[in-house]
Formats: sequence, structure tokens, C-alpha cells
Amino acid sequence: MRLSDVKSVLNAKVLSGESESQLNEKEIHTACGCDLMSDVLAFVKDQTLLLTGLINSQVIRTAEMMDIVAVCFVRGKMPTEDVIELAKEKGISLLQTDYPLYLSCGLLYSKGLGVKND
Amino acid sequence: MIKRYILSGEDFSIAGEASSSFKAVLKKLGIDAGIIRRVAIAMYEAEINTIVHGGGGECEAEIEGNKITLVFRDQGPGIPNLDLAMQEGYSTATEEIRELGFGAGMGLPNIKKYTDSMNIETEPGKGTTVTLVINL
Ligand SMILES: Nc1ncnc2c1ncn2[C@@H]1O[C@H](COP(=O)(O)OP(=O)(O)OP(=O)(O)O)[C@@H](O)[C@H]1O
Ligand SMILES: [Mg+2]
Repeated sequence: MRLSDVKSVLNAKVLSGESESQLNEKEIHTACGCDLMSDVLAFVKDQTLLLTGLINSQVIRTAEMMDIVAVCFVRGKMPTEDVIELAKEKGISLLQTDYPLYLSCGLLYSKGLGVKND
Repeated sequence: MIKRYILSGEDFSIAGEASSSFKAVLKKLGIDAGIIRRVAIAMYEAEINTIVHGGGGECEAEIEGNKITLVFRDQGPGIPNLDLAMQEGYSTATEEIRELGFGAGMGLPNIKKYTDSMNIETEPGKGTTVTLVINL
């Protein structure tokens, strides 16, 4: 699934400033809904979208270490400007949705994201 | 080549900068992506441990011959029971750290999984030295 599709499924805002066509070029194969960075570090695979309710800078650091392509903050959570800047610097796309974590994951799954991948 | 990093225990928000910077070094050297990923994860976990449990310290990252060696040193409280600390789910992290998404007790087992060798020397009240090797 492309990030532009994720954006429309989750009715999300883009915090990292990419245009629609830039989002269209970023492809993800699976997603992980998690508020525990420890678990992300232990289990996540490549080409992943991270959905989380946490908004501190370690979320971006974790994404960077795991080569996570994009992070979507759920429940309307808004990170501070320095967190957004860090993500931009690392080339990690940031989205934000008002939907809660469970609903966000469910919507993406029902559209086929991660269904065939392990 | 040796890189040295100071890991300040004062500011958790900058934890990970050393790992980030060493990851960039490895990328520039054209090291295999799978190896970079393992180094990055193990180093980041160890860096966070040094900062949150060890109260800060230093890291030496060396690339030589056919391996990468990472050494983390702190003068913190030490680990009283290493077998316990190595178990998945064991953590003494504070509520504050948990709220930031850490403290699941997954770090040390995860470091072990991603490295070729892991050695911990620790003495209660004196500090902890963690040495990690990843073969190239
Ligand atoms: N450098 C250190 N100094 C003192 N204690 C340590 C150090 N590193 C680890 N520990 C102890 O070992 C425990 C387990 O560490 P581990 O990294 O596995 O989990 P954690 O850091 O608590 O949580 P997580 O890594 O999942 O965020 C820690 O909670 C702490 O009690
Ligand atoms: Mg840890």
C-alpha cells in the first residue's frame, strides 16, 4: 500500500510536509500498531508503517534504527516541532489521524495492508 | 577505525544520537544493510540502557578486520542479578521511562539476538561494561 492510500484511509494529515505525489512513491508492506518501543525494536520488519499514540523523540529514533518508512500518530496526538524536524531530517514521513489505534489498524487491515505478509 | 561517544544521562530526548551517528558511518562505508540493521538495533538498546539504568556513560565503537565491537561503560548501580536481567520481561525501569515506551524488559534479550557475542561485566555500586561483537 502507498502512503497516499494510508493517508486517505485514515483521513490523516501530513506533518512532515510531503506532497501527495511524494507520498504516492512511498510503499509499505505492513504496519505495526504499538505504544511500546521495546516491542517495535524486538519484532518489526522492513517497509513498515508504525502507528502509535506516543509522540516523544524516541519514537523517531526507534523508527530510524528499524528503517521504518513512516509513523502515524493516532488519537489526534501532536508531537512537538523538534520531533517533526528530527523525522524530516531522517526522511521518515509523519502522518496524524484522529482515529484511535485499534480502529486505525483495523481500517488498514480491512483494505488489505499486511494481510498477505507475515 | 574507532568512534567514541559520550552518553549523557541528563537528557533522555537525545538518547540514540550515538547510534544514529554510527549507523551513518556504517552506511558510508558501504557495509551490508542487514548487518547495519543488527548493529543499529543492538547499539540503540545498549545506549538507552547505559543512559536510563547506568545514569550515562560512554560508548566506543570499533570497526576492524572482520568485526564491529561496541563497548558501553557506565559508573551506575550495576546489575545485581544478571540472569534475571537477561530474562524477557524483567525490568526495573521507572514509570517515567515506561510512559515513553520503554521498560518492557526486552532490551538485553534483543541485544543478544542481534549480536554474535555479548559480554556483561557488572559490579553492584561500581558500574557496568557491556561488550558486543557483530561479525562482518
Ligand atoms: N547499564 C545498566 N546498569 C544497571 N542496570 C542495568 C543496565 N542495563 C540493564 N540493566 C538492568 O537490566 C534490566 C533489563 O534490561 P533490558 O534492557 O532487558 O530491559 P529494560 O531496559 O528494563 O526495558 P527495555 O529495554 O525493553 O526498554 C533493566 O531493567 C535494569 O534493571
Ligand atoms: Mg533496555
